[in-house]
Amino acid sequence: MKNKYSIFSLIKNAFSQHENWKQAWGNPEPKKEYEAVIVGGGGHGLATAYYLAKKHNMKNIAVLEKGWIGGGNTGRNTTIIRSNYLWDASAGLYDHALKIWENLSQELNYNIMFSQRGVMNLAHNLQDVRDLKRRTHANRLNGIDAVWLDTKQVKEFCPIINTSPDIRYPVLGGTLQRRAGTARHDAVAWGYARGADTMGVDIIQNCEVKGIKRNGDQVVGLDTTKGFIKTKKIGVVAAGHSSVIANMAGLKLPLESKPLQALVSEPVKPIIDTVVMSNAVHAYVSQSDKGELVIGAGTDAYISYTQRGSHDVVEGTLKAILELYPIFSRMKMLRQWGGIVDICPDASPIISKTNIKGLYFNCGWGTGGFKATPGSGDLFAHTIANDEPHKLNAAFNLNRFVSGDLVDEHGAAAVAH
Amino acid sequence: MFVINCPYCGERDQSEFSCGGEAHIVRPKQPTELSDDEWAEYLFMRKNIKGVQFERWNHAHGCRKWFNMVRDTSNDKIHAVYKMGEKPPVI
Repeated sequence: MKNKYSIFSLIKNAFSQHENWKQAWGNPEPKKEYEAVIVGGGGHGLATAYYLAKKHNMKNIAVLEKGWIGGGNTGRNTTIIRSNYLWDASAGLYDHALKIWENLSQELNYNIMFSQRGVMNLAHNLQDVRDLKRRTHANRLNGIDAVWLDTKQVKEFCPIINTSPDIRYPVLGGTLQRRAGTARHDAVAWGYARGADTMGVDIIQNCEVKGIKRNGDQVVGLDTTKGFIKTKKIGVVAAGHSSVIANMAGLKLPLESKPLQALVSEPVKPIIDTVVMSNAVHAYVSQSDKGELVIGAGTDAYISYTQRGSHDVVEGTLKAILELYPIFSRMKMLRQWGGIVDICPDASPIISKTNIKGLYFNCGWGTGGFKATPGSGDLFAHTIANDEPHKLNAAFNLNRFVSGDLVDEHGAAAVAH
Repeated sequence: MFVINCPYCGERDQSEFSCGGEAHIVRPKQPTELSDDEWAEYLFMRKNIKGVQFERWNHAHGCRKWFNMVRDTSNDKIHAVYKMGEKPPVI
């Protein structure tokens, strides 16, 4: 890799006041034709391009991004990474990603600040206890670390949680995945962009796709704001806007796009050194390295592409946060934002071929796509390069909505969707 | 978040309502003769439009009646509200 980052390059650049760092990726104009074009320059799209170049030796590829890379949901999520999913197919998919996360900073020569601080999921009623215990057993059968904690152990692991039995939703226990944690989300996009660019991938920003051209049932190219680009393989990784791209190709997807909100507080000294999620009251919280509390709220219950979200959703989440963590009662919230998430009826993603030759979709990640970024890119690259799914994403095909073989992670995904 | 003009109750906050998704999807007349593809189309496939969309809403915390609405999903602006069974307006 050119311009390898190391302690020596850091010292060398210190002498020139850090003014001579080379740009980490280029800003090329689109070529006339590519072997494959990835639509969407978020984490998943950039990872797809990276693995296409690295593992499948496809160098003449482009990533088209309508805004700037990592400016969509990659920069808007709450950075939580875990793999404690209930069903075998999901466990395989998300743990594949987690295993790549564990070595990703080294692989990309880019510090993505991956921190395995653990993710704890709380149980607030008897059904939660049963469901979460069942999930820990299922996880362990799939080789995923998971333990059940009783109320006392929850309190020991995260002392600021209010475990009093007289609150509206008392904490009856929880599960803990110690290998889970967080990563710096922008760095994931930047690291993959730099890696892909080094291998010759064209990353084209401010380039919006306006149409998909077909010759019969084979794609032949894309109309973009930077002109027509010829290609026989299009991988769409457009998150909340997947349906918009699909409609251009005359395809309907089983998706609904909704705003999902998050917010951060003013920065404070370290107070919570793990990630705590609660399904029943829909509140989850962690603390960033800057000291901000990072809080995830729910989705609005209607289709919208506004990237805002409703105030009452945030209000509901903060009520729950305050009951669980009375210590936060005087915290001030600094920023709030929304991202558009594409939700599948079974709350599982689609990494699939379509009935149009050369058109592939990686979408439907809903409220939880960030954690899967490296695995999703790897498996989607495999699907595009071989025109066949990898065994780990075979279950996540579009045809499951016809066959009925759904991967129902709705209740099991640890946070209600 | 917006205000919806319920055709039965008048203007109310959106949080009183629940959204039933895309409108005018016709229930199959002869379900027994449907192929798997047709079932998938009816049950799962949605236009999920960015722009003007026809959708069903229910005044869940009010009169509990269903009605239709035309809304631009790119800016949440409501163009029209009309009762079930009425002809959709031309937007």
